[in-house]
Amino acid sequence: MGPSLLINFGEPFLYLLGLGFGLGQFVGDINGVPYLVFLASGMVAFSATNTASFEALYSVFTRMVPQRTYEAMLATPLTVDDIVAGEMLWCATKSLISGTAILVVAALLGAVSSFSAVLVIPILFLTGLCFSGLALMMTAVSRSYDFFNYYMTLFITPMFLFCGVFYPIETLPDFLEPVARNLPLAHTIELTRPLIAGGTIDNPLLHLLALSLFALVGYYIAVVLIRRRLII
Amino acid sequence: MIEQTQISTPIIQAEKLVKQFGQTEVVSAIDINVSKGQCFGILGPNGAGKTTTIRMMLGQSPISDGQLTIFGLQQPQNAAEIRYRCGVVPQQDNLDPDFTVSENLKIYARYFGMDSTQIERRIEQLLGFVELTDKANTRIDSLSGGMKRRLSIARALINNPELLILDEPTTGLDPQVRHMIWARLRQLKKYGKTILLTTHYLEEAERLCDMLVIMDKGRIIAQGSPKQLILEYVEPHVFEIRAHVKSLSEKIGSLANTSMEIIGDSTYVYTAEQNSVIALLQSEPELEYYHRPGNLEDVFLKLTGRELRD
Ligand SMILES: Nc1ncnc2c1ncn2[C@@H]1O[C@H](COP(=O)(O)OP(=O)(O)OP(=O)(O)O)[C@@H](O)[C@H]1O
Ligand SMILES: [Mg+2]
Repeated sequence: MGPSLLINFGEPFLYLLGLGFGLGQFVGDINGVPYLVFLASGMVAFSATNTASFEALYSVFTRMVPQRTYEAMLATPLTVDDIVAGEMLWCATKSLISGTAILVVAALLGAVSSFSAVLVIPILFLTGLCFSGLALMMTAVSRSYDFFNYYMTLFITPMFLFCGVFYPIETLPDFLEPVARNLPLAHTIELTRPLIAGGTIDNPLLHLLALSLFALVGYYIAVVLIRRRLII
Repeated sequence: MIEQTQISTPIIQAEKLVKQFGQTEVVSAIDINVSKGQCFGILGPNGAGKTTTIRMMLGQSPISDGQLTIFGLQQPQNAAEIRYRCGVVPQQDNLDPDFTVSENLKIYARYFGMDSTQIERRIEQLLGFVELTDKANTRIDSLSGGMKRRLSIARALINNPELLILDEPTTGLDPQVRHMIWARLRQLKKYGKTILLTTHYLEEAERLCDMLVIMDKGRIIAQGSPKQLILEYVEPHVFEIRAHVKSLSEKIGSLANTSMEIIGDSTYVYTAEQNSVIALLQSEPELEYYHRPGNLEDVFLKLTGRELRD
């Protein structure tokens, strides 16, 4: 509980304080939004992303491999489909909790401009489903924890840096922008930023659909891969 | 009459059941029939295919060939329903270390869709049954091996299963715990549970099983009740002699209904003519020997040989 709290809540909280106040002094406003508010609306989304990814990689692997929890569950009427669905719902619940905690802190720091921010909460849950689905596909085929460093460094960290947490995606060079725009974290931020900073969401349905699609594809592939791994 | 029909109700029926991993066949066309209320044993050395057979019965491992029905339901099409009616004690403990003893049982009960009031009562009963009542709030890490095994048995009984499957339930346990587990299994049999167990311990099979099969390298090489197997495969008397005395060996070897085997520093004599053997042995008063009835271990070694497995 301690370590996961630190990663899921402590880290985004420190970014928010350190960069929001420190860098905020120099940056001022971005598109009319104070930097602290801009950053908070991205950090809430990233907290949900990070939480679901960690849980679906490290904790799921621990339950599946060394603890043999899935083996125990597969001696009951449960199937792999049930287990994967349960894991995703749990990951999404944790995303909701950590993201909401950051949202509350941001509100206390005066970084939430609109009451529409409460609508962020279900979006955090959907974001958790999306990222747990994606991470579960990796966990399903991983032989050890080492593999997860690649996933975090080559997939999650680039999203953290390029998907609009710290600056608007439009700032990116032309060849990068379309790529970054289609990554799942960008879709989450397209939803959370207007809700927290005020303003209208462009194409809300598109972003909701994209996140749902990532979640569903992740679920389906993870079920197939975990079944292939355990039912042998 | 009622007894008769009950006894013959088939619970497990495996016909020419095969399991292959790639090109290697680890279960080769085995037939197994277990009737209601029986305690059925699968004996075999390491790698014989016991666990693989159990996994197929639970739908945890796809069947390569053959037929398998449990409770008259086809596996694997009815895997979830079959598991709903089974209790399983796995070869390696897989209790959840994140939870306490009673939480482990509670979570497991939820997997079977039991409701809370039902669960509380059941947990209390089961903890009493395996003598873990005072450990209800202990975490799994601080339980001994024997306690973990007893908890695994309680967990396997949570759904009041018709068929209890135990994969080496007493391996690595001290005699006290083994005897306690045997007593509980006999009690469960009295309640009418059907039991399938695998074991390396021949005395365990002899004490508990009505019927057993001996498996080796994926094949069933003998089956019957423990008594039948002993009668069929070994002589009633066994002498273990802690020496080789050539002249004596020749004399014993020439007796009727007698066979001999030399292993390490010992000579094993299997015979129906115990009096003649005793007479010969007493002619060498300094000779150390041990006389015992033939047992399942002799059957096992005779059939599976003495070379070491994996
Ligand atoms: N996933 C797998 N892939 C390939 N071979 C396997 C696999 N699982 C088991 N085997 C092989 O199948 C054979 C039977 O294994 P199994 O675990 O069923 O034996 P067992 O009778 O339960 O042995 P033990 O007494 O050691 O538990 C062994 O040779 C084992 O190496
Ligand atoms: Mg085994």
